Amino acid sequence: MSTPAVNTSTTTGSLPPNSIRGAARRGVLARPGLEAIENKGWLRAHKWLLLRRASQLGILALFLLGPWFGWWVVKGNLASSLTLGVLPLTDPFLIVQQLATGQWPYREALIGGGIVLAFYLLLGGRLFCSWVCPVNLVTDAAAWLRRRLGLKGGKAPAAKTRYWLLGFVLVIAAATGSLAWEWVNPVSMFHRGLIFGFGLSWGIVGGIFFYDLLIAPRGWCGHLCPQGAFYGLIGRTAVLRVSANRRSACNDCMDCFAVCPEPQVIRPALKGVGQDHPLILDGDCTTCGRCIDVCGKDVFRISTRFDRSES
Amino acid sequence: MSDIQDTTDRAPAGAGPAPRGTTTSRRRFLKDAAGVAGGAGLLALGAGLYAKQASALPATAIRPPGALAEADFLAACVRCGLCVRDCPYDTLKLARLGDGVATGTPYFEARDIPCEMCEDIPCVVACPTGALDRSLTDIGEARMGLAVLIDQETCLNFLGLRCDVCYRVCPVIDKAITLERVHNPRSDRHAMLLPTVHSDHCTGCGKCEKSCVLPGESAIKVLPAKLAQGSRAEHYRRGWEEKDAAGGSLIGEQVELPVRGLEGKAFGDTRVGPGEGPGSAPVPSSAPAGLDSGWKP
Ligand code: SF4
Ligand code: SF4
Ligand code: SF4
Ligand code: SF4
Repeated sequence: MSTPAVNTSTTTGSLPPNSIRGAARRGVLARPGLEAIENKGWLRAHKWLLLRRASQLGILALFLLGPWFGWWVVKGNLASSLTLGVLPLTDPFLIVQQLATGQWPYREALIGGGIVLAFYLLLGGRLFCSWVCPVNLVTDAAAWLRRRLGLKGGKAPAAKTRYWLLGFVLVIAAATGSLAWEWVNPVSMFHRGLIFGFGLSWGIVGGIFFYDLLIAPRGWCGHLCPQGAFYGLIGRTAVLRVSANRRSACNDCMDCFAVCPEPQVIRPALKGVGQDHPLILDGDCTTCGRCIDVCGKDVFRISTRFDRSES
Repeated sequence: MSDIQDTTDRAPAGAGPAPRGTTTSRRRFLKDAAGVAGGAGLLALGAGLYAKQASALPATAIRPPGALAEADFLAACVRCGLCVRDCPYDTLKLARLGDGVATGTPYFEARDIPCEMCEDIPCVVACPTGALDRSLTDIGEARMGLAVLIDQETCLNFLGLRCDVCYRVCPVIDKAITLERVHNPRSDRHAMLLPTVHSDHCTGCGKCEKSCVLPGESAIKVLPAKLAQGSRAEHYRRGWEEKDAAGGSLIGEQVELPVRGLEGKAFGDTRVGPGEGPGSAPVPSSAPAGLDSGWKP
């Protein structure tokens, strides 16, 4: 099974670099990362993915220990929680919406929001998306299935839509004087549903899965989700960054483009378009590390925004 | 937000003296941006309208103690469920999509599990956002709703029996709910003890509704104050209140004629005590319409 697969990646690898974006968009690669598995072994070729799943599921498990086993490590949900009875954590996206409605929350919520905000400001806003948000499991699954089924076409709205939506979410909060987005926000609905019971919220989660699978590739997280947009804005100055520091070794196999949830962020760093250093500084990068995994040439690594070195 | 600003900032520049080629591409860019913004706006507008439309609270859904007025509550509550977790009686729950209550907000249904009126009000203490107001420190001051004896046709006490359960379970017994003794016109020799709720003490905890012995629906129900209460007619002066406030009648002492059979009772008090009661003459059928509908429980 592996021999023809390597062939695929070498043939696609010989495509001229200027077709990279188009090819990635069209999703020609059904199984990116085969060369990496060949070179580094399955485990190392899935290192960041496994760590990420462990983080996502581990956080979920902490929330579920209470309701399932009566062991209350963390109470509440991602909107606001209390850990071990002392550490408040609140989603700053909700605090911002709340302030837009004209409500001033209690100190706990503000402190909790401050802690979360500081964490993501420092380490990378969209770490939330790839390491915490449960919807990522759904959209990753849709993207995976889309690749495997070789589904092509579909049309995603412009990637900027999410920033407009974020703006309008705040406008609507101010206009209606209520947290209007929370009526439909699939992110909080999914997490709350897992912990407090779903009702019909499954429908919304299923809707996102099928939207991503059939209508818009990476449509929700990559183009629409205002919560992701919010964390993307926070992440503009984050220290933790992915660097294509061995980009000279790139053989244009395009596996990284095929797995990246935000493929547009790779090109400047990997191909030196509009910048000379190999750092992915775009706030939309979720620092998921999947590009590191699937690269058979070890081009990428996690680094800091101050490390512009290349080797 | 810089992306959004970028697009808007560039808009006027595009209209300036630019070479023809870039003008077209800018125009297309503007058109695209307008489309994106329009789409996002529509999506948000849909969410907003849906939220507005879905914000009506069903009458049987009661907010936790200390909840802000509904409109403010919907602005403050982040739907974290910390109040739910700290309620020792599992009274509170977070609304799920389809429950008819704003998704994710805490509420309870009294007939299901009522609020036990915890002295330390842990739900309020747990709320990090102020959706449950911490200025509520005495649970007796909570106003989650107001109990209403809603069905006089099935309430056992209204039928002349001595059920009294709603009265007995009330944590604010004898203040929030009293038994008012009135003559039972059906047997004509018994009293009826009518459970009567008083809004100045009822917290809306729902214990009465929970324990009503009727199968299925309760005859006494906690409703939102808005449904349970009429607005007070401020232009009517209540003579007896004015009299109390003034320390005496404002129009001089009046001659109050005794009512036959009710001698020795306060004027207007028609409740029947033991050994009291008017002569058992039935109401003549010639009585003016509207005095006695002839309704028999
Ligand atoms: S974009 Fe939204 S849904 Fe996707 S991972 Fe980020 S917060 Fe979650
Ligand atoms: S007062 Fe006690 S029983 Fe009532 S809702 Fe709060 S925690 Fe639950
Ligand atoms: S604790 Fe406060 S913010 Fe959280 S669900 Fe309850 S009322 Fe809402
Ligand atoms: S709701 Fe019923 S039990 Fe609770 S205070 Fe009011 S009358 Fe008493």
